[in-house]
Amino acid sequence: MTTNMKYKTKPLDCWQWGKELRLEAYQEFLKGHEEGKLMVLGCAATPYGMLAGLGDFVFLAGEPYGASVAADPPFSIPCMETYEAKGYSRDMCGYMRNFLGSMFLDKYYFTGGSFPKFDFAWSVRHCPAGHPKWHQIVSEYQDIPMNYIDDETMLAVDGDPEHRIDYVAGQYLDTIEWMEKVTGRTYDDEKGIEAMRTYFRNESLWGEICLLNGAIPAPLDIKSMFALMPISMLRRHEKIATDFLTTLRDEMKDRIANEIAAVATERYRMCMLTPPPWSFLKVFRYLETFGVVFVGTYVYLINSGEVKFLLDEGEAVPATVPEERPGWPEMKNREDLCRTIARWRAEHPFQSHLDIRKKEYIIIYNHWHGNAYLLLMNRGCVPMTTSMYDFQRDMQAHGIPVAMFEGNFADCRDIDETGVLDRLEAFLEGQGIQKLPSL
Amino acid sequence: MSAIEKFHDILANRHQYAMDWKERTGGKVVGGLCTYVPLEIVYAAGMLPVRVLGTHEVQDVTDRYLFPTVCPFCRDTLAQGLKGRYDYLDGLAMGRTCSHIQGTFDNWRNYISTTLVYYIWFPCHRESPRAVDCLVGEYTGFKEALEKLTGKPITDDGLDKAIELYNTNRRLMKQVYELRKNEDPPITGAEAMEMVVTSQLMDVVEHNKLLEELLEELPDRKLDRETGLRLMMIGSEMDDIEFVQMMEELGCTIVIDEHCSGSRFFWDEVVPGEDRLAAIASRYVHRWPCPAVSSNFSDRFDRVLKIAQDWNVQGALVYQQKFCDPHEFDIPLLQQMFKEHDIPTLVLEFDVTIPFGQFRTRIEAFLEMAELEVL
Repeated sequence: MTTNMKYKTKPLDCWQWGKELRLEAYQEFLKGHEEGKLMVLGCAATPYGMLAGLGDFVFLAGEPYGASVAADPPFSIPCMETYEAKGYSRDMCGYMRNFLGSMFLDKYYFTGGSFPKFDFAWSVRHCPAGHPKWHQIVSEYQDIPMNYIDDETMLAVDGDPEHRIDYVAGQYLDTIEWMEKVTGRTYDDEKGIEAMRTYFRNESLWGEICLLNGAIPAPLDIKSMFALMPISMLRRHEKIATDFLTTLRDEMKDRIANEIAAVATERYRMCMLTPPPWSFLKVFRYLETFGVVFVGTYVYLINSGEVKFLLDEGEAVPATVPEERPGWPEMKNREDLCRTIARWRAEHPFQSHLDIRKKEYIIIYNHWHGNAYLLLMNRGCVPMTTSMYDFQRDMQAHGIPVAMFEGNFADCRDIDETGVLDRLEAFLEGQGIQKLPSL
Repeated sequence: MSAIEKFHDILANRHQYAMDWKERTGGKVVGGLCTYVPLEIVYAAGMLPVRVLGTHEVQDVTDRYLFPTVCPFCRDTLAQGLKGRYDYLDGLAMGRTCSHIQGTFDNWRNYISTTLVYYIWFPCHRESPRAVDCLVGEYTGFKEALEKLTGKPITDDGLDKAIELYNTNRRLMKQVYELRKNEDPPITGAEAMEMVVTSQLMDVVEHNKLLEELLEELPDRKLDRETGLRLMMIGSEMDDIEFVQMMEELGCTIVIDEHCSGSRFFWDEVVPGEDRLAAIASRYVHRWPCPAVSSNFSDRFDRVLKIAQDWNVQGALVYQQKFCDPHEFDIPLLQQMFKEHDIPTLVLEFDVTIPFGQFRTRIEAFLEMAELEVL
């Protein structure tokens, strides 16, 4: 026995169930068409529960697929080389490069079979210029229709926002008609509304789960979080996801009550803003040998989930679903549905302006009882990285130690693993954190 | 001094021009990041809209603010603000387009003291029938902000006059472009670029006068050079006159372009309407699109191909500002389209500064190969 083991630990009871649910989501693409389901491509932030109004569907979010491919270099490298051979640039979105390369190669990562053929692409333009352009390439290549919703209101701080809500809600209404036209199906408002209710509920549950990691010791480590996150990212509209996330949340509460840690040696808690370098997830396990636990990352707190930031109080609390918010109407028809989605998107932390976001970073850091931030200067995503220096200065002004490293989150050829470890070890040493003696 | 020399002179002294304008007129100057700022509204407010441009000089002031993978044009423009070269601006505005210029804008707002810094949330879903209404909402807010800055209302008469002046400006520049269809164009690509870039910097009344002078001069103008291969320049922001001059010295002439310091900027006019803001909004929503706000390839490509054919283009220089994702998405398919129409292409990637020697060699090789294909 050693004194390094501060806390007791054990695997999650629902771990295996989570893995199965995740794999099921990806495998559905093999049999989707056979089962009469629509196959739709979009980005993870799309309110794809709406699609239920058209009947059963399978939605492939490009980012988690790109991340899964990126985490497996032997599969990822040929994908990216194929993509580059088509003349596309290496400095573009890392997820997209893996995704498009996989499509060009006609190899689907999770089964090794052919890449799915979509019925159409439909997404939100949450990444300026990025995602609709990505889907444009798929649309051309697969000869499928595409449409998108322009809703990145986060960028606007000037003027009255009401006309932006009208514009976004109107696009959702138009998109329903467009979907009916391209699929030949009739949209069932009630089914669309019900699936979106589940979607909102699951977002809120995932946000709550992430917030529970403020406990000391942390009941969940970031690597496990990344493994379970696809359920809330890909199956947000499904009741089975609600069942799973409720179980996970309750298990986390139980772990907190019984001080069951994700990392038994926890003594230094780090937070992130961005996704990790997917081909280098072992960095998190390695740093556990220093007693470091990564408790969460802002991007997946608000991308796969939703929380409410109380800026004046400096707190983060679980989000309330739209219909339970004061002054929000019950969704009774498609107009209500579209307006609710537009309002919900506009108020979602995902849409926070950068200046507000800085405050949220500090709030969640305090909530998670962080000891430091780790910032990835991500060469594979412009929007995530553009203002990173600004964030760094702001964090440091708040007395938060910040470690940084540069690399690509989705291109294993573009990250210097040894260099990253050297930087992190030096940073931790500066914080008085040494590697623990062998357990 | 000829009109062409005047354009050259004003471009070389653009900050002085703007400061003199302020002194002469007592008006205010509003900088625009990107070409999605409605010039008509700014001008109707009695203000001078000027596009914020870089200088193509090595700089080290933006690394503290912008990650190095932000496009060089956006870093260069922010550098100008940080160095105080735009201290004379009374306002700065931006129309939402891409993440890179957004970074410039956010840092400008937070770290450079310009009195009014205004963000126009441009509706990027151009195909949506709701985009114009949304943009009218944005323009209403922008108009109010400008009125507050000047203390004077923007009237319908003022908007009508501005619309007419800018439409005239666009028409006159198009007339100049028409002359570039000639077998031996009377104006080089570099000179045409100076003409367009100065239209983004000058009082439109004064620019229109110079354009009228130019149109009188051009019919008799004979260039002391061979036209050589007729090329098209197509890509992201481009105001590197020195580069274009170097290129044309190698035995070619840029006869047409498709970028935001060229045709894409001025091609489309405002169709006047009772609702002035709606008329202006319609122009900016439906104008020749930047790839950053276009998610329909044919939207841009059809226009590109048409001008390539109309101007009898024999080759195309496709260039991009390094890291400019929206253009990077388009380039492979654009090249494919040119190939299908037997138009050879050369792709170059630009940074704040460019390797002149290397580019020269590549362009020479391209011209030699293209001549073999064309002649």
